[in-house]
Amino acid sequence: MMFLRYAVYRMFTMLLTLWVVSILVFVIINLPPGDFLSNQIAELRATGQAEGVAKAEFLRAEYALDRPLWEQYMIWAGFMPGPNGFAGLLQGDFGWSFEFDRPVGEIVGDALWLTVLVNLSAVLFVYAVALPLGVLAAAKSETWVDYTAGFVGYLGLATPNFLLALILFYYGNKYLDLPIGGLMDPALEGEPMSWEKVKSILLHMIVPTFVIGTSGAAAMMQRLRANMLDELSKPYVETARAKGMAPARMLAKYPLRMAFNPFVADIGNLLPAMISGSVLVSVVLGLQTIGPSLLTALKSQDQFLAAFILMFVALLTLIGTMISDMLLVLLDPRIRYGGRE
Amino acid sequence: MGIQPDSRYVDPEPWSDATDISAPERSDMDAPGWLLTWRKFRRHKLALISGIFLLTCYLILPIAGFIAPYTPNERSADYLYAPPQSINLWHEGSFVGPYVYPITAEADLVNFRWTYTTDETTPMPLEFFCEGDDYNLFGLIPSDTHLFCAPTGATVFIWGSDRLGRDVFSRILYGAQLSLTVGVIGITVSFLLGITFGAMAGYFGGKTDWIINRVIEVLRSLPELPLWLALSAAVPSNWGPVAVFFIISIILGILDWPGLARAVRSKFLSLREEEYVKAAEMMGAKPARVIRRHLLPNFMSHLIASATLSIPAMILGETALSFLGLGLRAPAVSWGVMLNDAQNLASIEIYWWTAIPMLPIIVVVLAFNFLGDGLRASLDPYKN
Repeated sequence: MMFLRYAVYRMFTMLLTLWVVSILVFVIINLPPGDFLSNQIAELRATGQAEGVAKAEFLRAEYALDRPLWEQYMIWAGFMPGPNGFAGLLQGDFGWSFEFDRPVGEIVGDALWLTVLVNLSAVLFVYAVALPLGVLAAAKSETWVDYTAGFVGYLGLATPNFLLALILFYYGNKYLDLPIGGLMDPALEGEPMSWEKVKSILLHMIVPTFVIGTSGAAAMMQRLRANMLDELSKPYVETARAKGMAPARMLAKYPLRMAFNPFVADIGNLLPAMISGSVLVSVVLGLQTIGPSLLTALKSQDQFLAAFILMFVALLTLIGTMISDMLLVLLDPRIRYGGRE
Repeated sequence: MGIQPDSRYVDPEPWSDATDISAPERSDMDAPGWLLTWRKFRRHKLALISGIFLLTCYLILPIAGFIAPYTPNERSADYLYAPPQSINLWHEGSFVGPYVYPITAEADLVNFRWTYTTDETTPMPLEFFCEGDDYNLFGLIPSDTHLFCAPTGATVFIWGSDRLGRDVFSRILYGAQLSLTVGVIGITVSFLLGITFGAMAGYFGGKTDWIINRVIEVLRSLPELPLWLALSAAVPSNWGPVAVFFIISIILGILDWPGLARAVRSKFLSLREEEYVKAAEMMGAKPARVIRRHLLPNFMSHLIASATLSIPAMILGETALSFLGLGLRAPAVSWGVMLNDAQNLASIEIYWWTAIPMLPIIVVVLAFNFLGDGLRASLDPYKN
């Protein structure tokens, strides 16, 4: 019951944050002078295409771009009726992409769940790598295992993501015969889900997952190692050892449980970095996530598309952080509901 | 008395009450803080080497033009995608001093690429302190003397040339000027914002704290790169390279301060209750003075260490932005701009030297990390 109350409270703060984020996103998107349609209208006027101007003017009125900024925001978010009644984010209408001349929802469509998939697998990769390596590095601290793990970790932190992506792609294709580019075989795009498609996606995900996860895994491993070392110097560990407990069992049973909570809580820091990374890597590798669309939308000032993607990315992060907060409450009885800080 | 017959040593000086027998230990305890820190820091060999390396890098920046044999946008139209040339000392058993072999380009019309043949019969010695293209020393003094340049009729592309025939080595040196200063400017912005807001939140508490805390939470929960992208997309495209450079650094700093502010805030919350703060307040010190004179010096060293650790993130951020074409743009030269050219598989497979700018990035980022770790360990007075 207490947990449920905490969950509701946490949900509420998330929605509040999301609301602030929506204002922030809207302001940022409207920072550049001019917008897509006025640029287009100016261009059409210059080349003397009157019918095009009429269409652009129609779109301007249709999406309330001729109104003051705060009204535009209210209409876009769905707090206020626009020219066609309530049609904003709240109502599930994500606006119109002027660049592609299609509704935003249609353009992002598949990309949304592929983005979630890529990030989810990267998070799993981070935990799967960082957990054993971090524990091992702490247990064998100041031996070659520790140094190697530390060195590889540092290298992972220092190598720019996009370069690692290019290099791994090239060598992965050359020596391991991994597919290049995209998240699935081009032939399977738009096809209904099938075993073939799943297999193709899995094969295409190896390199991106690795690239996006590396830097996060390196940071996570270092932190877990530090936490473990703190715990390993405590008397209870000595007691367990003195009583003749097998080292592996002892590690898993006592210090790891203590060091595990910060590990879970850290996802709040990890997730924004991972999603940043996935956007970058997607652009370089041409993955069909929302990354490439975000870049083109930002470059051409396609404001509804860019704003929606930014909102989606923020939502993804916020949900991830919320889940980790709830997990933490379930894992650690010392954390009392609501009264953190 | 000196040494006794049984080889004991006795101090010849007469005993005096005025002598301070704890003097040898005191000299250690009374040593200024920076000396103690330096002694501890010296023991972190990796951090020491990194620090010296970074210092050298930053000292080279103003004289990059002198060291580079070419200027960054100087094109050699006859040498597109020239592979790296090696500088040798010995030719057929005899010493000739540093020299290069001349190369000639040939169009390979089967694979549509340039192939280069090296003429290994005629060594051409490099010229030193020679005249080349104009550049500004320290950004101010016009000069045309280069440390070394190619002899007439030959080229010296130590790390090859790119698709426009520009020298990669020279461009890396010039690129360092922007890539390395981005982090410094960014961290200054982030420092100012972080300390101001963190100190305000921690010192005043109450409503101020609540508001600043929420802002920090919102900013921290957002992925950085998409925000960087959105903000840099807002930079008007008709601005000059210098203006773009500054605005990019500031953007990187603006999104970095929440982490720092949080650290400052939590520290202030605990320090606010100390007696010396109460004393200062009772003597009528204004909040600004209490914060500046009494609170900040307490953990300035800690802040410096964490600043060192966040510079690499900014360097990588600039690289990523420029790489995606939303950061610095040509004709500005930075490592990210250079990598933007190497953005395809062909440059990794065929023209691998165009991806060389990744090496300085990795080395510098590693060095900053090691230096920051070393600083953090040696600035902590409780750690030995």
